[in-house]
Amino acid sequence: MGTAPTLAVWKFASCDGCQLSLLDCEDELLAIAGRIRIAHFPEASRATVEGPYDVSLVEGSVTTPGDVARIHRIREQSRLLVAIGACATAGGIQALRNFADADQFRSVVYARPEYLSTLDTSTPASAHVPVDLELHGCPIDRRQLVDTLTALLAGRKPDLPGHSVCFECKARGTTCITVARGVPCLGPVTRAGCGALCPAYGRGCFGCFGPAAVTNTPALVDRLRELDMTETDIGRVFRTFNVLAFAGGGDDPSQ
Amino acid sequence: MTHRSDRSLSVAGLARVEGEGAMHVRVDGATVTDVRLEIYEPPRFFEALLVGRGYTEVPDITARVCGICPVAYQMSACAAVEDACQSTVDGTLADLRRLLYCGEWIESHALHIYLLHAPDFLGYPGAVELARDHRPVVERGLSIKKAGNELLTLLGGRAIHPVNVKVGGFYRVPAREELRRLVTPLRRARDDALSTVEWVAGFEYPDFAHDHELLALVEPGRYAIETGTPTTDRGLTFAVRAFEEHVIEEQVPHSTALHATLAGRGRYLTGPTARYTLNHRWLSPLAREAARSAGLGTGCRNPFRSIVVRAVELVYACDEALRLIDGYEPPAAAAVEVPPRAGVGYGATEAPRGVLFHRYRLAADGTVDSARIVPPTAQNQACIEDDLRRFVAARLDLSDERLTYECEQAIRNYDPCISCATHFLDLHVARTVQ
Repeated sequence: MGTAPTLAVWKFASCDGCQLSLLDCEDELLAIAGRIRIAHFPEASRATVEGPYDVSLVEGSVTTPGDVARIHRIREQSRLLVAIGACATAGGIQALRNFADADQFRSVVYARPEYLSTLDTSTPASAHVPVDLELHGCPIDRRQLVDTLTALLAGRKPDLPGHSVCFECKARGTTCITVARGVPCLGPVTRAGCGALCPAYGRGCFGCFGPAAVTNTPALVDRLRELDMTETDIGRVFRTFNVLAFAGGGDDPSQ
Repeated sequence: MTHRSDRSLSVAGLARVEGEGAMHVRVDGATVTDVRLEIYEPPRFFEALLVGRGYTEVPDITARVCGICPVAYQMSACAAVEDACQSTVDGTLADLRRLLYCGEWIESHALHIYLLHAPDFLGYPGAVELARDHRPVVERGLSIKKAGNELLTLLGGRAIHPVNVKVGGFYRVPAREELRRLVTPLRRARDDALSTVEWVAGFEYPDFAHDHELLALVEPGRYAIETGTPTTDRGLTFAVRAFEEHVIEEQVPHSTALHATLAGRGRYLTGPTARYTLNHRWLSPLAREAARSAGLGTGCRNPFRSIVVRAVELVYACDEALRLIDGYEPPAAAAVEVPPRAGVGYGATEAPRGVLFHRYRLAADGTVDSARIVPPTAQNQACIEDDLRRFVAARLDLSDERLTYECEQAIRNYDPCISCATHFLDLHVARTVQ
């Protein structure tokens, strides 16, 4: 056990769902815990081991001055830093504040905003430190997490897709809901990884894995308009869980 | 007595809770002078970012408040939005919502019992360490949790932030055969849940009782999950739409969550022990018998024994899920139409950790004009601090290390979800301050 690689799990502004994905690996959890030394995972254990760590999983976005310093300390202590989920890779839904008046946001929710110490922006880990790997999704996909940990244990590069959800619909055998039923869907511009869940449930993809590596968003937006989506609805669907990632591409749909 | 006259206990980062919190206790002589459950989870301002969004987006957006209980957020959000639109979802669609919610109770309670809470009673820092000595026990817990997640995955598309819930019902409803496939794992989970009750009933519990007023939803005839009327054990009952008249929240400097009290009455407790105390007569016969054999009686005021109540609710949630699956016939449509309408809507459901209240004001086109969310942990914060104060006062002869550890356990009794508790606040207070 002395040579087992060490794993640390860190939380920033988030819902806990991505680190819960690790505890949701019911069949694999104890096997993983037998191969990796879980050195720092406060949600699961009081026991904590000092760094450095071989792998750090970082959940959540950076939203406070203290967390800016903390992400740097974690980077210094981690051989590999893996950002997990839409908050850590794209600032999450709380990055909507980046486009609003932050003071107003604070005062809508808190009577005494002066008690709070928050930044005006919610940003991904990569805005502050170099990140070695990013697992996308709101939440991340559990199988992708297990595959990534397995790959890192074996010393190989994890197989993380850059292609779109459309490929996964084909692989799953789901008839295209846009073509067959006229349901608006972000699948053509959204990164694969979920297994094309929403179309299998008769629902258009809403982009929770963020943009694929190569996209033609203007063409999709034209198609969404043809399917009677209003400009308001188009703006909203791109500005939700991955607002910074969709806005950051060269083809910002809101332009 | 050898202890110092002035002691200060701190846990900078509480372990095995959902989210980021700390605890500070100050003792002067034989008096506990200060107890603070400090919540420093950074706020995410959900109530602000919901303003201007479409009413159909609310269930998906509010699910992101909590990865542990996203269904609770979706269900309270749907109830409130449908109330604002004066629509009703009933019959089989309501049954499917209750079934989905059972999945979340099973998943969340199994998580708390086995991975977060039980290690305290058995002297382990966490479940992975517990598994080194008691692997079959931890595997049983993971197997129950998996059954809950299988139910969530089938009905919701995925366990965390399900994609299949919408205002009005679902995007797709399962075929009868699909649900039947869950019968075997759920039956196994129900057996394992019965073993869980027996297991936790054998733990040693500190002799401790609180006197908090208990608040839960109550719906005569069945154990409250996704519907019911807010009711306390001291005779207070009010409609969901009157929630904000009775529950007052205020911001305190040491917390990004709020302290809630009942107007003119004081602190109150919500969650499994309150739910059990107010609803136990509506448990299924199997769950009621399990409660009886575990010695629960007609109420539970020892927060350490909340683990027994969660185990009984685990039996009930499996039993109820099996009952709903047995009677299931697919409805004609997966959802009812819910046209937008200007108005205010209110919703409350029983999240695994207690009453979760939502209120939305919608414009005529369905745009959200204002939002308010009151999660269980914010409501329980004052009770947790009161417990700590009394708990510490009775144990001043313990070493700092031991006392700190026991205080941590006293906090974990409540399964606090700090991710949920943060970022909510009462607009009334905002006005009085200015």
